[in-house]
This record gives sequence, C-alpha cells and structure tokens, in this order.
Amino acid sequence: MNSGVPVLPQAADYIRVLPEIVLSIFGMIVMVLDPMLDQKRSQRTLGTIALIGSLAALAATLLQAQYPGLGFWNMVQVDSFSVFFHFLVAAVAAVVILTSYEYMQVQEIRAGEYYALILFGAVGMSLMSSAVELVLIFIALEISSISTYILAGFRVRVAISAESSVKYFLLGSFATAFFLYGVALMFGATGSTSIKVIGEALRSQHVPVLAYIGVALMFVGLAFKVAAAPFHVWTPDVYEGAPSPVVGFMSTAPKAAAFAVLLRIMFEADAPGRVWLIWVVAALSMTLGNIGALVQDNVKRLLAYSSIAHAGYLLVAFAALPNNGIPAAMFYTASYAAMNVGAFAVVSHFGSAGERYVTLEDYAGLGQRSPLLAAALTIFLLSLIGIPITGGFVAKFYVFSAALQANLVGLVIIGVLNSAVASYYYLRVIVVMYMREPREETPVSPIPLGLGAALAVSLVATIYLGILPGRVLDYAARSVEQLAR
Amino acid sequence: MTSLNNSILSLVTFIPLAGALLLLFFPRRDDDIRRFALIVSIIDFVVSLHLPVHLRRGLPGFQFEIDRVWISNPNIHFHMGIDGISMWLVVLTTFLTPLCVLISWKAIHGRVKEFFILLLVLETALIGVFVSLDLFLFYFFWEATLIPMALLIGIYGHERRVYAAVKFFLYTMIASMFMLAGILWLYAKTGTFDFVTIQAAIRSGQIENFAGAAPWLFLGFFVAFAVKVPLFPFHTWLPDAHVEAPTAGSVLLAGVLLKMGTYGMLRFNLGLFPEQSRVNASWIMVLALIGIIYGALVAMVQPNMKKLIAYSSISHLGFVVLGIFSFTQAGLDGATFVMLAHGVSTGALFMLAGILFERRHTYEIAEFGGLATPMPVYATFFSFIVLASAGLPLLNGFIGEFLVLSGAFRDRPIYGILGATGVIWSACYLLWMYQRVFFGKVKQPINQSLRDLSGRERTALWPTAVAALIMGVAPLLWLNAIDPAVKTALTPFQTVIVSKVVGR
Repeated sequence: MNSGVPVLPQAADYIRVLPEIVLSIFGMIVMVLDPMLDQKRSQRTLGTIALIGSLAALAATLLQAQYPGLGFWNMVQVDSFSVFFHFLVAAVAAVVILTSYEYMQVQEIRAGEYYALILFGAVGMSLMSSAVELVLIFIALEISSISTYILAGFRVRVAISAESSVKYFLLGSFATAFFLYGVALMFGATGSTSIKVIGEALRSQHVPVLAYIGVALMFVGLAFKVAAAPFHVWTPDVYEGAPSPVVGFMSTAPKAAAFAVLLRIMFEADAPGRVWLIWVVAALSMTLGNIGALVQDNVKRLLAYSSIAHAGYLLVAFAALPNNGIPAAMFYTASYAAMNVGAFAVVSHFGSAGERYVTLEDYAGLGQRSPLLAAALTIFLLSLIGIPITGGFVAKFYVFSAALQANLVGLVIIGVLNSAVASYYYLRVIVVMYMREPREETPVSPIPLGLGAALAVSLVATIYLGILPGRVLDYAARSVEQLAR
Repeated sequence: MTSLNNSILSLVTFIPLAGALLLLFFPRRDDDIRRFALIVSIIDFVVSLHLPVHLRRGLPGFQFEIDRVWISNPNIHFHMGIDGISMWLVVLTTFLTPLCVLISWKAIHGRVKEFFILLLVLETALIGVFVSLDLFLFYFFWEATLIPMALLIGIYGHERRVYAAVKFFLYTMIASMFMLAGILWLYAKTGTFDFVTIQAAIRSGQIENFAGAAPWLFLGFFVAFAVKVPLFPFHTWLPDAHVEAPTAGSVLLAGVLLKMGTYGMLRFNLGLFPEQSRVNASWIMVLALIGIIYGALVAMVQPNMKKLIAYSSISHLGFVVLGIFSFTQAGLDGATFVMLAHGVSTGALFMLAGILFERRHTYEIAEFGGLATPMPVYATFFSFIVLASAGLPLLNGFIGEFLVLSGAFRDRPIYGILGATGVIWSACYLLWMYQRVFFGKVKQPINQSLRDLSGRERTALWPTAVAALIMGVAPLLWLNAIDPAVKTALTPFQTVIVSKVVGR
C-alpha cells in the first residue's frame, strides 16, 4: 500500500460494502436465534428474519447507489454495474426465501442454518460483483460457493441430495483452484491483482503468453460456476438432487455474480483472446445444453440442461462489442433470474413431500388441477423459449443483435437454430400440463401466501422486462462507461 | 377527428386485449362470458370501420400513423400505420372475430372463459401484425399469434389435437427464426427497426455489404412467410392444424392467419428486396403453381370435409403468391382481393363444416348425403358459399382470381394458363363435395332428423353471404383503396423495367 493511504477504513469505506454488512448481520442473527427456538416456531420466525435481511440489503443497495466510488484501498468499487448485480442477488434471495417457507415445512427440514446460508451466500455473490481486485474476488467466490455446496445437500434424508452436494463440492473446488491459478499467472504476467491496473498493463505493453493462460484458467473457473459447456457435466446431477428452491437460487444468483466477474475481467481488464474463447464455449453450451434437454423426463434435469443452454446464449453477448454486449449480458442475467426462480418456485411447490412429483408425467393435467400454477409455469417457460411479451424474448433479442453488430453472424445463426430446437422441449412441458389427462385426480395443494408472493414477483418481473425493458436496459448501459473505455 | 385518427390504430388493436383482460376477472358464468366476448368483438369491428371511412384514397404512404418511442435503446418504436392493403386485412380480422364468437357459442363447453380470452388475445395479435411498421413490433405480434392459436388447437381441438398444435407451433416458430435473424441483421446495419427508414436506406444503397447479404435476407424473410402461407412444399402442417382445430380456430387460421404470410411477402419481401424478388420470382411462381394444382388435386380426393377445405386453402393461397410475384398492377390487386375473398368464403366454409360437426360429430363426407332434404336453409347457404369460393362471376371469388390470372398471363402466358386450370379444379372438388353431401337420397337414417340452422347460426352466416355478394358486385369499393397502395408497392419494379429498357 502507498504511504498516503489511511491504515484504518473510513466511514465511506463501510458504505461501499453496506449490503454485505447488512446481510452478514442478519445471517448471524438467524444463527444465534436458531438454538433458542423450538423447531415448530423456528421455521417461520427465522425465515421472516432472513426475508427482512434480504429486503434490508435491497434498501442498503439503493442507499449505496448514491455513493459511487472506490473503497477499502481500491478493492471494492460501487458503480451502477455493481448496484445492478447487488439488487439482483438480494431480490433473488428474497424470492427464494419466500419459496422456502412452505418447502421447508413440507419436507420437514430444520430451517436454522438454511436461511443463514442463503444470506451468507448472497454476501459472497454481492461482493463478487463489486470487487475489483482478483484476490478479493476469489474470497467472495469461495464464500458464495461454500454456502451453495452445503445448501445443495440440505435434503438430509435423501441420498441423491448428499451425492449432489459432494459432487458439487469436489468439482467446484477444482474450478476455484483453476481460478486461483489463473489469478496467480495474471499476477506474474502484469505484476498486479487489481483489474484496473491489469487492464492498463495489458493495453500498454505487448501481451505476454502468460496472460493468455491466466485468462483461460480464470475463465475455466468461472465457466464452471455458470455451467457453461464443456464444464457443465455436474449441472444435471446437482440440480436433480438439491432442494428445488436452492436450485432456483443457485441457477440464478451465483451465476449472475460469476457473470459479473466475467464481465469485469473480460471487458475492464480487456482480456486477450476473449472473442474466440467465448465463441467456442458459447456455441458448445447452447448446443449441448439443448440437445441434452431434449431427452429429459425429469423436469429438474430438463431445467438444468436448459440453464446450460442459457449460459451459452448469455456468453454470446460476451463475444460482442462492449457497448452493446455488456448491457445485453446484464439484461439477460436479470430476465433469466426472474423466469428461472419463478419456474423453480412452481417446481418446488408441486414437488410435494419428498419431491415426489418431478417427472414430466406427473405434470399431466396440471392445467386442470391447478390452473394458476400451470399458467405461471407456462409464462416462465414461454419466456425461456423467448416468446414476445416476456423478458426472455427481449433478452435474447438484445444478445443476438449485439452479436450481429460485432459481425458474429455464425454464432448468431447457431444461437437462433438452438432457440428453435429449445422451443420443442419447453413446449413439451406446456403440452403435458394442458393437453394430457391427469394420471391422478388429487388436486394440488393450494398456493400458500409466501409462494404466491414469490410467484407474483417473478411474474411481474418477467412481464415487465418483456414489455418495458427500456429502464433496466438504460441502467445497464450506464455501466458501459465504467467498465470499458 | 384528428385525435381519433392518431389513436385509432392502437384502439383497434388493443380493444380485444382489454376485453380479454376484463374477462379474466369475470365469474365463470358461461353465457355472460360469451355475450361479453361478442360485444367486445362487435365494438372492435365498428371502431375498425372508421378506417375505410376515413382513409384518404390515392395518397401514397401510410396513414393513421402512430410513432412513439417504445424502447429508446435499442431504437424500438411503437410505430403503426396502414395503407389500402393492410387496412382491409384489419377489417377482415375484426369482421371474422364476432362470427367466430357466435359459431363457438355452443360448440365450446369446457373452459369457456379461457377460450374467449385466447380468441380475443389472438385478435389483438393478428391486427398488430398488419398495422406494425416497426420490424421489432411486427415480429413481436407475429410470434404472439402463435401461442393463442396453438392453445386453441391443443386444448379445444379434436382427437389428434396435441400433435397438430405442436406441429403448427414448431413449423412456424422455427421458420420465423430465420426472419428474426434477418431483422437483426438489418438493425445491426441501419440502427433502426423502422420499416420506412430501412426501406429508404436500402433504396438509396446506404447499407454496406447489402448486395452480398440480400439473397440471404430475402430467403430468411421468405421462409418465414412461405411456411405461414403455406406455400408448397411447406404446407404439411396446415391440414393437420385445420382438421384438429375447433371451428373458430379454423376460421381465423384460414381467414386471417395464413394472410400474415402473403401480406408479409407483399410488404417485406417486395418492399425491402425488390431486386431479389425479381431474381427469385420464377421459382416462387412455379411453387405457387404447384400449390394451386397440387392443393386442388389433393382436395379432390379427400374423404374428410375439413381436410378438403384445408387443401383448397393451399390452392387459393397459391393464387395470391402467383399474383404477388407477377409484379403487375393487376396481379397484386388481385392477390390482395383474393386474400380478402378467401378470408370471407373459406371462413364461412369452415363455419358450415363446424355446424355439421356439432350435429353429427364427424367430417366424413361419406357419412352424409341428401342433406338438402332435412336442412334446406343450411344447404342454401352452403351452395352460395361454395359458388363464391369456386369463383362464380358476381361473387367474391371471381374478381380476385381473374385479376391474378391476367397479371400472371402478362408476366408469362404459361403461368396464366396453368393457373387458370386451378379455377376449374376448384369448381370440381367443391361441387363434387356439395353433390355428395346434399344431393341424392338420405342414406343414413340419423341424418333424416338433423336440425336446420338455428337463429344464432344464421346470424353468423348472413354477414359472410352478404359480404361475398357485395364484394362480387362492387369490387371497386375495395379496389379503390388497394389500387393506390399496390401502385406504391410496385414503384421500384417499374424503375427496374424502365432502366432495363433505357439500358438497351
């Protein structure tokens, strides 16, 4: 550190990490209160505290947005980019907590650490989006990953959940190690771990081979986190075993955070070899994800493959030019979060005790058994296909048009063909729900308040992004100036 | 009046959607729902009549324009406007929808509310397609028609409804992806989705690499439209969709939805890529001719009445494509007129088939025979519409086909001659079907006691019969708006011809 920099953090520094502080405090309150409450009462109370915590983090994010700038010795940067992802992560956490209320009761899981881990995970993900220093990014990545490893194994009585957790942990550790390796090589190549300094170094001098390897290794680590092919093999198994609300969480929030890091590294550091690297991975993810999804009969696995494909669509934006690519990618993460969290909210409610109903066959006649649930899932699926009036359509539109402006015609054609293929398997779910007779006549249990709120928020977000995408996109576009010069 | 002129198109487009939203909150009293849907669709029809009354004939360009920024970046506008061609397609949509409500009154029992919501949403999407002048908005409505239509087929259709709905959805969805790619390319090069601006940019040759990309762009748009039309050999989804669809679905499918394809060719393929249209015209016209003759021959041997009407649509729509790619004033006038005439008469034919299905639960022609005795009024309506559809002079089918054929003949005589056989074929299959269903003795005892048309059914059929007659007797009422619009659409083609002549 330079001698002119104060040794102790100032008040301004704390504002830069205010949402993280709020989330940590609420997480700890949950942990402390957990042993004092009996199990029946703890579910609702702890859930409510966690919900308030995530909403408080939302408020803190809005407050923080008034004070952009660097903090903590230039390790954390608050800008509209970080605020965007903070907001997204906190909102996803809130919706997932709402979904979990009922789920935890039905599955008879002791709530305690569950809610705390969601909040701690959110701390890591938030920090990932505002950190501008590779070591801090690595620490944030670990905070987020370790919470999600544990969350994946929360269906304690089910073997596949434990399998899912262990698999995620083992492969995930490998991936973070790759990332760390990449950081080390990058430091070797440029002499710094600050993204900004790295960017200046790479622009001013001849790019050393080491930097290419460093970028590639970091990319491998992050590609694992976002489930991009060929680093995607864990996804279906982990998603199948993990509790449904957790899948809703970990398929959106950590991914959004990892994409945020990727955006910073790729664009702010002006990573060398960006376009061809992403070209290959995006094309592979879209194709493998969609082909895999075609043959799935388990809805959770189907959505897992679909999330691989969507990581691919999103990566297309990374290959584009910064001024349209960045906003397109940000918009895509937001609308994907809205529709996927919503879809998993439906899956977790319909799954019932022990997640018995997760195959496509079980969804037969859902349109008659629970019209509201079926209608909500239909809208989320249509958004995943990319049909107008939903966020998914506008998102895909931005991504592809950004890629075309960068003259990536081949990648766009692959993407467009893929979306056509993808419409088939999403449609299959809708067809089964509406056009096939139910196997069992048992009505689906009524939608509780918490889940209803979660569904309403996701639905409104999905449709809002589809009809009036302007404001969100403008906000995202503002980050371009900060990220890419 | 000016304020109404400025907002009339959004009114016409969104009245049905507003009605559908209100229906969401209706209690499940089926009769109230039906009445409400009828009122909404009639109101929309009446409002849409403002357009033909106030359209200034003979002005080039678009009228009743609305142009507001919808999304600032990327530059997407809520830009609507119509000319003489799209105006009549809008009116056709609003004209057919109340009839669809009437004809579905008793045929739909379960999930009535959802049915009428879907129907009204579909109407909004269809009108939106015809009035959009922003390519993004156009694509938005274009895709939005898919879902209500697929659901109408898939939920309310007959036995193989799911197969038909999925086939319909996938065929048209995959095809329109190519159009999306084309739209995105145009946006990437011009920075706008505005049809008029892009058209001007193309004509002035400002777009870089346009010459290299144009063949692909033309094909991208063309494939999306050709599947919708459907042009041979992309037609295989149509018979399935029609046979399985509920009556109202068939009426809107044949009456309006197919015209989205031909309208798209006219507006976008000809409007944006005149050179490419000319280059590709010969094989497209051959496909259209194959469609005319093949559709008619296949219709001839269908044992299923609805399938027969479906194949006759393929044949009739072939005329439209033939007319469009003849690039003659008569050809395009005729093509537009056939679109309208086919909408009215095929819509009516599907309603008639549906009425019979409600009574006998079959479309098999062999099940009937001698129906003129128990159902005289029905038989009269049927004969009138059959004659209209077969192109009898003084009814609506004649004028359009005549104009198309004269246009095609001027382009290349052999096209006109081959196309003209289609008129003969259509008389064959329609009259033969009529003979087998209505004449002779009543073969099946159950047919003896069939009820004749109810008051509601007559109310649904009368407007189509009246429209068929007026369109046949006074086609100028329609053509005086179509003609100037076609003239504008043909300007680039005239300059091409002139420059060729001068070049020599």
